[in-house]
Amino acid sequence: MIFEVFRQEKKGQAFAHAGSVEAPDAAFADAWAREQYGRRGESEALWLVPRTSIHAITEWADEFDLKYRRVDGYSIKSRLAEARERASAKSSGA
Amino acid sequence: MDARTQEFLGYVQDGGQVEATDWLPDEYRQKLIKFIEMHANSELMGVLPEREWILKAPTLQRKLALTAKVQDEVGHAQLIYRVAEDLGKPRDEMFADLISGKAKFHNVFHYPTKTWGDVGVIAWLVDAAAIISQKALLKCSYAPYARIMKKICWEESFHILHGRDVILALMTGTDAQRELVQEALNRWWGPLMQFHGNPIPREEDPMFVWRIKSQGNEEARQQFLEGYVPQIWELGLTVPDPNLRRTDDGVWEYSEPDWAELKSVVTGHGPRSQDRLAFRARFLEQEQWVRDAIAA
Repeated sequence: MIFEVFRQEKKGQAFAHAGSVEAPDAAFADAWAREQYGRRGESEALWLVPRTSIHAITEWADEFDLKYRRVDGYSIKSRLAEARERASAKSSGA
Repeated sequence: MDARTQEFLGYVQDGGQVEATDWLPDEYRQKLIKFIEMHANSELMGVLPEREWILKAPTLQRKLALTAKVQDEVGHAQLIYRVAEDLGKPRDEMFADLISGKAKFHNVFHYPTKTWGDVGVIAWLVDAAAIISQKALLKCSYAPYARIMKKICWEESFHILHGRDVILALMTGTDAQRELVQEALNRWWGPLMQFHGNPIPREEDPMFVWRIKSQGNEEARQQFLEGYVPQIWELGLTVPDPNLRRTDDGVWEYSEPDWAELKSVVTGHGPRSQDRLAFRARFLEQEQWVRDAIAA
């Protein structure tokens, strides 16, 4: 299991991603994170989060994109393919 | 090179950073693994010359400081192996490649440590040379590696002070002690000058092209000479290179390092290469039951 390690350097500061540890369970992850990220007293606190529990958002819709005023602002190719696929799946499934 | 890879290359060359979850071109991933794996191997193998001196260090304080340094370096290996694992190479495979000689570690860790003077020179100058390379990784295009380097550089900075303190204690001691340092410097100067690699133009160095490292080999060596030769001289030590000089425009000139020696040493033919690999292999085998028990 991989645990992402987030470190708080001083009280009141935001936790920042520092690295990760691989461990069979939370107890081992605790021991290794203490050793690798807190041995020198360099951390005020650590958060260990199973990697699979992280829900990441990296894609953003740009509401102020003005391309809708142009022909190239519409990319219908993949959507059309998806719509056709759905339609044919529906008709064959019916 | 396909369009997507070209775009990626342009992005990292403009200073862009990527995360483990981003799409990475295969060539970039392979170069990263090779580089990071060698770095981790060097941290792991690099403690062996110093480990030999823990029990022989002259005072309790020095034994403790050296133990702490060894502990730090092994810790660095743990952190860096984790980064390489995330890129897709299992740790067992990295250990196997290290032991078989397929994967390399830095030249300076293939040499013997004859006296306590060598320990001082390693902690001061070898670590200084290493931290120059490592600081150039803080801007690495692969962000998880760059973040790990922040912690590592912080610890390396006091290792250099520890080394300088060992050297200063000897240099303020007896003539025999000063001689010990001079002899160690004479032994280490060649490997130190080889450390940053041959001076290929950075544009031809794939590790620079992909912005895995942010400086060329010769730039790193010049930075080392500029920072440390004056410090060596001010202690009354002699650098064993009659051609070493700083030109008026601030460039250091030096005798051509022995590149054949570098190649031979890093391919496992150094004076201590095989002993140290055998030592590492013995402990990997001896401690297999611990890894098995944890995984069970």
